[in-house]
Amino acid sequence: MANKKLGAQTLQFNRPPVLLEAATVVGPLEGQGPLGDTFDVIYPDQLNGQKSWEACERGMMKDAVKLLLDKAKLSVDRVDFMLAGDLLNQLISGNFAARDLAIPFLGIYGACSTMVEGLGLAAMLVDGDYADYVVAATSSHYGTSERQYRFPTEYGAQRPPYSQTTVTGSGAGLVTDSTYHPGRYPRVTHFTVGKVMDRGIKDPYDMGSAMAPAAADTLQRHFVDTDRTPADYDLILTGDLASVGKKIVIELMALAGYDMGQNYDDCGCRIYNPDKQPVFAGGSGCGCSAVVTYGSILHQMREGKLKRILVAGTGALLSPTTYQQGESIPCIAHAVAIEMSEKGAL
Amino acid sequence: MGNYLTAFLVGGAICAIAQLIYDLTPLTMAHVLTLFVIVGGIISGLGLYKPLVDFAGAGATVPITSFGHQLVQGALKELEMSGPIGVLTGIFDLTSAGITSAIIFGFFVAVIFNPKG
Repeated sequence: MANKKLGAQTLQFNRPPVLLEAATVVGPLEGQGPLGDTFDVIYPDQLNGQKSWEACERGMMKDAVKLLLDKAKLSVDRVDFMLAGDLLNQLISGNFAARDLAIPFLGIYGACSTMVEGLGLAAMLVDGDYADYVVAATSSHYGTSERQYRFPTEYGAQRPPYSQTTVTGSGAGLVTDSTYHPGRYPRVTHFTVGKVMDRGIKDPYDMGSAMAPAAADTLQRHFVDTDRTPADYDLILTGDLASVGKKIVIELMALAGYDMGQNYDDCGCRIYNPDKQPVFAGGSGCGCSAVVTYGSILHQMREGKLKRILVAGTGALLSPTTYQQGESIPCIAHAVAIEMSEKGAL
Repeated sequence: MGNYLTAFLVGGAICAIAQLIYDLTPLTMAHVLTLFVIVGGIISGLGLYKPLVDFAGAGATVPITSFGHQLVQGALKELEMSGPIGVLTGIFDLTSAGITSAIIFGFFVAVIFNPKG
């Protein structure tokens, strides 16, 4: 019986799993951005000594997971499962990183919603008593994404001002059972699973407009299912809508009667300084929500500046083949509510 | 032949049209590139590209429309000399230097440099 399900699309965890530790690795542009000092490792360039961007990206995910386990002082064999995904065909970053890490692995694909999808599924595995320690990881890389989805960078294609910049970064989180860690930790309390939505946007540069309706739908669904309002959260973050999509979400939520004015922001608007960095509308990519959430947001929760947050990861589920065949861009958003517990259970 | 001013005006106008098409329509760079080659070829076939080159010089020969012009002129020239088969054999006559150098320079650049992202 689905007694942990709340409303139509939300899961409520009985013993909210602990987000015990997190690790972030980013590229140089992200390191120079306003959140630079919140990342664990900053690579000196887009290759980091590897012979291809793809090798750099999977190395980045591997580094993030290894660093995560180091920080948590946990050996690899204690980890029950690793859930990971990225933007590349056949999930090569996740699959190749898992090959070297030798942790039982489930590959997941939610485009840029992968970070939230992984965190939510990890919490389900833990709260369902299937696992004690689960790693949820994701990565993206500017060079690999441009090559796969748009044009190789050396082609020198002009970009429209509403386009976004794929974040070079990888974030990994470690989810565990609260009975092992009863102290003051961030805990995953709810997971709202989104529906795939498509409003007919076909321009692969215009991800913000394409994904915003999915984000607004999942946020509304979360508030209805949990009987909460935006004011119940210290911060509501969407994954990577950047400046274009963020405005649309605020408008769509206002139409539905939700005021997002006070405590809402987007990871794609936070990671770069658009006035000083050549990033167009802002950041995107799986790594964007991962390094922002697992970096600065988690720090602020631990410092007590944020108590309860809602992160809605947004993913554009297109492939190069579908947009070349003139198909529109289906999008999805998943949300997790994370709450800083006082000592003991929530 | 043209002078600096006519070259600037005509070449600039061709590029401005291309930029507007790229900015205002869903067409990609490859579409615009191909479109301009075809348009150059059509104008050349109508006998109007040569006068444009005479008027604007490099303003007409540097943009990619000139490539279409050269394709058509090469084919027409061989058509005259060798008959219908000349349309096939002559099409790359005038453009072979450009195509070959693009391949050769592209090869050397790819050998020497790595993209930095």
